[in-house]
Amino acid sequence: MTPIIKTEGLCHRYSVGTPFERTAIEDVSFEAMRGEFIGVIGHTGSGKSTFIQHLNGLLKPSAGKVYYEGVDIWESKETIRDTRFKVGIVFQYPEYQLFEETVYKDIAFGPRNMKLSEEEVDIRVREAAEFVGIDCSLLPKSPFELSGGQKRRVAIAGVIAMGPSVLILDEPGAGLDPRGRESIIENIRSYHEATNATVIMVTHSMEEIASNVDRIVVFNQGRLAMSGTPREIFSRGDELTQMGLSVPEVTRIAKRLKELGLPVDTSVYTIGQLKDILLSLKGGGRNA
Amino acid sequence: MLKDITLGQYFPGNTVMHRLDPRTKLIMTLIYIVALFIVQSYISYALMAAVLIAGITVSKLKPGIIMKGLKPIIIVVIITAILNLFYSSGNVIAEFWIFKITDAGIRNAVFMVLRIIMLITGTLLLTYTTSPLDLTDGLEKLLNPLKKIKVPVHELSMMMSIALRFIPTLIEETDKIMSAQKARGADFDTGNLFQRARAMLPLLVPLFVSAFRRADDLAVAMESRCYHGGVGRTKMKQLKMKTRDIVTLALGALILAGTITLASLGL
Repeated sequence: MTPIIKTEGLCHRYSVGTPFERTAIEDVSFEAMRGEFIGVIGHTGSGKSTFIQHLNGLLKPSAGKVYYEGVDIWESKETIRDTRFKVGIVFQYPEYQLFEETVYKDIAFGPRNMKLSEEEVDIRVREAAEFVGIDCSLLPKSPFELSGGQKRRVAIAGVIAMGPSVLILDEPGAGLDPRGRESIIENIRSYHEATNATVIMVTHSMEEIASNVDRIVVFNQGRLAMSGTPREIFSRGDELTQMGLSVPEVTRIAKRLKELGLPVDTSVYTIGQLKDILLSLKGGGRNA
Repeated sequence: MLKDITLGQYFPGNTVMHRLDPRTKLIMTLIYIVALFIVQSYISYALMAAVLIAGITVSKLKPGIIMKGLKPIIIVVIITAILNLFYSSGNVIAEFWIFKITDAGIRNAVFMVLRIIMLITGTLLLTYTTSPLDLTDGLEKLLNPLKKIKVPVHELSMMMSIALRFIPTLIEETDKIMSAQKARGADFDTGNLFQRARAMLPLLVPLFVSAFRRADDLAVAMESRCYHGGVGRTKMKQLKMKTRDIVTLALGALILAGTITLASLGL
């Protein structure tokens, strides 16, 4: 099976030829399969945002290649334009990019750029609105009348409406209250499950990552430092700490329990897993 | 494409040019501009160019950066050259259809092109080596006497420093919004003039919204730190003229005197 999206030796330098020149990412080789849910973590300035902007051709690599279903996306103008629609990116604080008079028109901006028929656009707008939990009664309103959380949903719907096979989100929950965060992640999950799209999510919340993704990639100083299942990644807690990252609370509790002499598996990362362990400890006593 | 804008951009460094008092640099730039309009001969132009090159060398700026700054004025330079070339009187050298090229025309064209390029390069030298904060500080100090005739010098310089401060921020913001809209298939680079103007709409609306939001935030932040205009305001970093400033200014006076003497000698 060919990976849906793949990078090879990706490199990007900003402001070449000025005193501000700096390398943002170096030698990043990455693969994602159809239907995977991937979490991207890394310290601020580790190159995550630069990396994701390469995946749909917003940034041109200084060196290296990006492939979508085995085709080099920089092959021609058409492949770039196609890739933009197939790989959807939701940027950080996407609510600031809303501009149309109505919510409906804003969500329809992407599909209309794809030159779809009006009926098709209509179907997609309503579907996308439903995915993110925007009620139909809000569609004729101005996006500037909505609350912050609703604006964010509308912006995400604007990308989902293009029906991307790869959906990339840069901190979709940043600046929202815990319930808003959870419900947005829930919406993304439902899109993931309904369409079997690949989802790549950048986040700073280890809990969010732990309970949602199949695989985690870790960026450190512009390089891809680790890649693996949450269990594999979170069992390397010391390395993560050195990179200025942390492990989920649950993993920390398990580690502390082990230090206190209890036979606890320290690679747990969700509350459910820890609960099972604690229950078995209680039931079987200290010899379990 | 937006990354190419170097307007008001400052390249940090630690050369003599960077350390000069901003007032000195402002005065020198002014002297240089005046001198440029006095000079009339090839010899004096060569002298002016030498002064400029010396300035660039001292400030260790790469020629590429200067070229980048000159890029936006290429069209102005070309139009000036053409107008001067064809619309001057003097001895006709070549003639075709309704166009005449005269010796004075060539001379004027060359001089005007040199003058514009050197003028821009001179001011680039100022903004590239002086941080915006220093620049407005210097300007405020220089214009201080105008306060006597009720010119709001402090307010003007504060407005200028805020404007300069926000140029990079707004460029960055524009870049971000552009990326976001491009990710939704917006096309800013193709189509006729009308289509392109329409394509800017998804860019301008969010940009204005965020500019107003920023202005509001900034006003609140300034007021919550008790900013109430220039009255009674003191500075932590006082500008002080040093020996190098006096030497530079003396050099400036010399250049000005020199160009005037040369011009009066008909050179």
